[in-house]
Amino acid sequence: MKILVPIKRVIDYNVKVRVKPDNSSVDLTNTKMAMNPFCEIAVEEAVRLKEKGIATEVLVVSIGDKTCQEQIRTAMALGADRGLHIDCEQPLDSLHVAKLLTKVVEQEQPQLIILGKQSIDSDNNQTGQMLAAMANLPQGTFASEVSVEQGTVKVTREIDGGLQTLVLTLPAVVTTDLRLNEPRYASLPNIMKAKRKPLDVKPADEFGVDLSPRVEILKVTPPQKRSGGTKVSGVTELVEKLRNEAKVIP
Amino acid sequence: MTVLVYAEHDNSQLKADTAKLVSAASQLADDIHVLVAGEHCAQVASQAAELKGVTRVLQVNHSAYAHQLAENCAQLVVSIAKDYSHILAAATTGGKNFMPRVAALLDVAQISDIIQIENSATFVRPIYAGNAIATVSCNEPIKILTIRSAAFDAVETGNNAPVETLDVIKEDPRVRFDSEQLTVSERPELTAAEVVISGGRGMQNGENFALLEAIADKLGAAVGASRAAVDAGFVPNDMQVGQTGKIVAPQLYIAVGISGAIQHLAGMKDSKIIVAINKDEDAPIFQVADYGLVGDLFEILPELEKAL
Repeated sequence: MKILVPIKRVIDYNVKVRVKPDNSSVDLTNTKMAMNPFCEIAVEEAVRLKEKGIATEVLVVSIGDKTCQEQIRTAMALGADRGLHIDCEQPLDSLHVAKLLTKVVEQEQPQLIILGKQSIDSDNNQTGQMLAAMANLPQGTFASEVSVEQGTVKVTREIDGGLQTLVLTLPAVVTTDLRLNEPRYASLPNIMKAKRKPLDVKPADEFGVDLSPRVEILKVTPPQKRSGGTKVSGVTELVEKLRNEAKVIP
Repeated sequence: MTVLVYAEHDNSQLKADTAKLVSAASQLADDIHVLVAGEHCAQVASQAAELKGVTRVLQVNHSAYAHQLAENCAQLVVSIAKDYSHILAAATTGGKNFMPRVAALLDVAQISDIIQIENSATFVRPIYAGNAIATVSCNEPIKILTIRSAAFDAVETGNNAPVETLDVIKEDPRVRFDSEQLTVSERPELTAAEVVISGGRGMQNGENFALLEAIADKLGAAVGASRAAVDAGFVPNDMQVGQTGKIVAPQLYIAVGISGAIQHLAGMKDSKIIVAINKDEDAPIFQVADYGLVGDLFEILPELEKAL
């Protein structure tokens, strides 16, 4: 079966973000970018399913300007077979991304679509669910365990009170949580090999999706700074301060 | 304008999040309906009817909604959506799971994890793990919103709104509930607790979390953890506080053996008072802590327990 893995290029998760002085957005110039960590987990899971002989092909798709081809190459170095770059300069809402991906699903007919549960920049946690709705597929979000068996996928999900296991009829959409797997590192030979794997580029406007903005960002500001605290000398002082100064314990 | 609030519950108890959602809803309109979808959830519906500001409770009792499956719950909400200007759910794993499905089926954008409501179309939400705060506006005909309940105060009870039963059964045959493993705890729920004490990698193993539990019992606190502690297998994942776990904003947050990575801070930096106990005096957690104590947690924790 074919697995589709949509991935996103985002700021590296270790980078401390700076808000632009004009409060229009976050400053990404000269910032280290990388594949969204949850997307890496999605790629890893797809590649593992291929190594188990369950998947026959792993197709990776990313939407954005041409720099996101870097992340598609990374995914191919990790074991994906083929890449698709949907070229789009403007920023998109999750709804637009989901609509474009729905078109890809119609064209490619994958049995399983694995996405990250959220991107660490916009923190929306929407795309997988929206794609599942628009492509009319069942969904298994926040997956910490995935097993494919006879036309179904069994997904163990991380929910607030613990874990929940669902069985979905394929084709289906799965979104990854951090504990699903530990992504591998790409080896140098695999990075070299990835350069020769096929990567298609299609302009976003070819898909016939209305990409006019649905959500307008009015301003972006830094969060309120916490005032620097004090170090206390020991437990007695700590308890005294919590009781009498902060008044948070009886 | 009428606002629909999707109730958080476990079929027997209404979750505290719902009272916070109603408080957020009251900033948008005076007419607030609460939808209670579940199985054998009549008691939950009557608890919802007690929340101040609620004008009507809609309940649907059917096995299709017993486990809050996204496919079924989204179709249910969509079937009544046209009567509402705003639909609110908590930004919990439940709300995050089905609300984007609702939005997509209605062909509207969704605003996630709102911490402040400026007006009926303008909302404030954190991005980049809480390192930037975005004010966004959305002109969709129906606003689909998930709310960070830690950012809103709960409404009081004492109301008696009418309860109506809906007969809308949406059941997607392609998804089947298999099983669940819920963590049993007698302590308060992490997201609702007034005091939270969390352990990180510095705890060294799961048994040592007993040191935190002893203090938690004295303070009536919930016990949380950093991702490092969860990944190392010390404690289950539903205790994780952070960008990818739970967001808490208690009166007092005590971080023990936690360095304070950006992703952890995203889940707790709106706590009123933060205490850090760490042997590394350069740990980033001290930059946000109101009170920092440098030292060996294995000496400090028993001492702290005795002092309380």
